[in-house]
Amino acid sequence: MELSAADQAAVRALWKKMGTNVGVYATEALERTFLAFPSTKTYFPHWNLSIGSAQVKALGQKVADALTLAVDQLYDLPGALSALSDLHAHKLRVDPANFHLLGHCLLVTLARHYPGDFSPAMQASLDKFLSLVTSALTSKYS
Amino acid sequence: MVHLSNEEKAAVTSLWGKVNVEETGGEALGRLLVVYPWTQRFFEHFGDLSSPSAIMGNPKVKAHGAKVLASFSEGLNHLDNLKGTFAKLSELHCDKLHVDPENFRLLGNVIVIVLAHHHGHDLTPTVQAAFQKVVAGVAHALGHKYH
Repeated sequence: MELSAADQAAVRALWKKMGTNVGVYATEALERTFLAFPSTKTYFPHWNLSIGSAQVKALGQKVADALTLAVDQLYDLPGALSALSDLHAHKLRVDPANFHLLGHCLLVTLARHYPGDFSPAMQASLDKFLSLVTSALTSKYS
Repeated sequence: MVHLSNEEKAAVTSLWGKVNVEETGGEALGRLLVVYPWTQRFFEHFGDLSSPSAIMGNPKVKAHGAKVLASFSEGLNHLDNLKGTFAKLSELHCDKLHVDPENFRLLGNVIVIVLAHHHGHDLTPTVQAAFQKVVAGVAHALGHKYH
């Protein structure tokens, strides 16, 4: 799977439109993930995971920053996300299925907030982008 | 069987009452075929699927999507017995149509995304969570008779 030039352009355009709000949407995506897929909460046993949690907001900003980094380096996602892949593989040890669940909730969030931009083609480009991010994040998993 | 609280059932029913089932079905199936192109394998006889606009405008896609979602809609009336409700359809999808049940999970998530797209204000995190239970239950029921 590869991002075509059209896919890259679409993702970059939406990211530009989101501006400084990427953190807000990543936080909403995390909140949705914890509610819709309770097994994902097992990675945060000591956290407050309720809506509005400062801890989730901080994590949302980290996720947003990583995705923005990825958007800036679409030509080399494994390289861009190498350090994060090490972290998730060896320290956090997050089962890869969970990235897919967060990706789905991010699509739900973006569909809500950018209905005019969320055409089927845009959904396809975003879905591909998030799949490639997941592949890059799991590239160091043994 | 899907375990929804009374509040969740009310939320699902309330949002579903606002949904144009025919249009939403066509859009959901269309988006499935666009976003996951390998799913087109079941619809080679549908004519032009060569681009997103061809897919979304294809009358056979719209009609079939409407049919699929009408069936899903019926399932919402039988959340306590999804396996029984979808038993015959499960056999059909296994024995005659040869559809990988993974496709039911994919379509279920696309339905949730289409709801977010058109009813974003109503699809709060709690309502989404209820719908995720429903689509998972329907997908599971549809795969239940596979052998």
